[in-house]
Amino acid sequence: MRLELVRRPQHSALFSALSPFIALFLTLIAGAILFTILGKNPLAALYSYFVEPLTEVWSIHELLIKAAPLILIAVGLSVCFLSNNWNIGAEGQFIAGGIAGSILPIVFPDFQGWYVLPLMLLLGMAGGAAYATIPAFLKVRFNTNEILTSLMLVYVAQLFLDWLVRGPWRNPQGYNFPETIQFNASAILPEIWTASGRAHWGFILAVLAAFAVWFTLSRTLSGFEIKVFGRSARAGRFAGFSAGKLTFFAFLISGALAGLAGIAEVSGAVGQLRTSISPGYGFTAIIVAFLGRLNPLGIVAAGLVLALTYLGGEAAQISLGVSEKSARIFQGIMLFFILASDTLIYYRIRIVSRLGDAAAKGA
Amino acid sequence: MKKMIMGLAVAATLGVTSIAATGIAFAAEKLKVGFIYIGPPGDFGWTYQHDQGRKEMEKVLGDQVETTFLESVPEGADAERSIERLARAGNKLIFTTSFGYMDSTIKVAQKFPNVKFEHATGYKTAENVSVYNSRFYEGRYVQGVIAAKMSKAGVAGYIGSFPIPEVVQGINAFMLGAQSVNPDFKVKVIWANSWFDPGKEADAAKALVDQGVDIITQHTDSTAPMQVASERKIKAFGQASDMIKFGPETQLTSIVDNWGPYYIERAKAVIDGSWKSHNVFEGMKEGLVVMAPYTNMPDDVKKLAEETQAKITSGELKPFTGPLKKQDGSEWLKAGETADDKTILSMNFYVAGVDDKLPN
Repeated sequence: MRLELVRRPQHSALFSALSPFIALFLTLIAGAILFTILGKNPLAALYSYFVEPLTEVWSIHELLIKAAPLILIAVGLSVCFLSNNWNIGAEGQFIAGGIAGSILPIVFPDFQGWYVLPLMLLLGMAGGAAYATIPAFLKVRFNTNEILTSLMLVYVAQLFLDWLVRGPWRNPQGYNFPETIQFNASAILPEIWTASGRAHWGFILAVLAAFAVWFTLSRTLSGFEIKVFGRSARAGRFAGFSAGKLTFFAFLISGALAGLAGIAEVSGAVGQLRTSISPGYGFTAIIVAFLGRLNPLGIVAAGLVLALTYLGGEAAQISLGVSEKSARIFQGIMLFFILASDTLIYYRIRIVSRLGDAAAKGA
Repeated sequence: MKKMIMGLAVAATLGVTSIAATGIAFAAEKLKVGFIYIGPPGDFGWTYQHDQGRKEMEKVLGDQVETTFLESVPEGADAERSIERLARAGNKLIFTTSFGYMDSTIKVAQKFPNVKFEHATGYKTAENVSVYNSRFYEGRYVQGVIAAKMSKAGVAGYIGSFPIPEVVQGINAFMLGAQSVNPDFKVKVIWANSWFDPGKEADAAKALVDQGVDIITQHTDSTAPMQVASERKIKAFGQASDMIKFGPETQLTSIVDNWGPYYIERAKAVIDGSWKSHNVFEGMKEGLVVMAPYTNMPDDVKKLAEETQAKITSGELKPFTGPLKKQDGSEWLKAGETADDKTILSMNFYVAGVDDKLPN
């Protein structure tokens, strides 16, 4: 006996709309069971997960900080994924952007003024985009598998950052610890509303990027090209679109946004370069992109939801004493239900028995 | 369904309000103490020992304290949020137990002047931020002495996490201890580039054994190297905690980080109002560095190890005492000269004899 997914001829519009809520409901039930087994009050657990982080203003700021890089990267990835370009290396492009943008405050700390920050952001985007053209070039020129090349370039970027921070860029006054100098004030991405928390402009950039990409995808010819190629590369070629150009375009956009996320995180949330600047945002953003159904506006919501589960997991550790691992399991359960509900709207499950197989072959 | 969700929400709110209310009632009497851990308490190494210290504090101070911890907190932007969360949850004393939390600790401390912070292994202090560090290298020196006595090959393998001063101190002290017994002793180093990665640590251990070392010591936090050493029937030193369970016939000794007494002392200081910011760097003498029982070695080696430990504890022997040369052959310390704490805390060079190039 085995299970098969069969595409539904039509999918229900009603259930498409309901799907996130069904998933949430199932998550709540599964979560309640999980926490009951752990011996915790399930209602209190769910409260600290989903509500507690939203009850305080400072915590909402933290939510925006956490969501900003996820949204920025995922919005870029949606362009790649929609056009059938599998960029798995956003983590590397994030780091490349962080490094490129940090050149000004670290190498030229005396270069200060209002123009420093915009230059840093541009350099960050350029760095991420440049790094993303490597897998794009390899794919177009040599037909290399971009999943492998982009992924492997992540490790190159991580080790390069590590080398920079331990070596040439190490803070000479820092007791030899692997950190750069702190950025000067003009190189710090300002906070949105300083009085109430430390959320920085990264989130605003993320929302702007989401709108820009949404507009491109839904209202312009390039957006149409992207979608056509994603559905059927052959049809795209018949229409006279260039596959190579499109691959470069998708990787450039995605790399630039990941790079922007990198420099925004370094300049807004950290304030210096360290040996590691990302707890895996580039990979988590892949989940965010699909959670948002590859729609830039959906991605904004998805980024916020995923960020909420991180903060919620922390709140649950404090208020209930559940371990970080159960917090992660719960996050996994939620993703499972959301993606499963989405899948089951487009596909139904068919059970194929061995007997049926044999009969089919015999016939 | 809508009704059900509403019902759930209402019930949830009520349920938690009552919990919060009891929390406030307790807070009046108890000192809330928070901890930020870099790894899981189950690493049986660095974080495990901090967690043992926390538990010891709970046991000794009983009703006077209530502790909370956040585990596996990444350094950087996440750390700042986690520390702030502990501060907002009413913790009046917060221990941040990894070097990389330094700047985050300082930033949060500025926002919460009434909360006391204790940062492990850093160097930045403030009115309400203390720094505490341990002279682990004293234990490494004793290990070097044992290694040189026990090794037939004359080569030990050293698994390092990151080439930061704390780790470099350990490698140098180990080397010097070994040289005090056998001037030709060699140390091979492999960097795992992680504090806790059992897979990588095990690979490093295997590679070292294949290169001919017959003693392994580690400055990473998992028990994997000890387990590899057991399989390959060679000897090894544990790290941060007593790992004898993972190598009953393998472990020679282990440096045990004994944080409990310090944690208790600082919590008491907050309770009686005598807490003051300080920067301490303590070792065997003060009881922060403890050696696990000397096992799997002949009596004469054990005796020598105990004598060395006693000399370090009494202050008679300081591991970094001249004449010493750096790896590149230049003179570091003249005969009889000892290294000052600033040099020790920022050490970024090897002493002569280490068979590795320090990544820089």
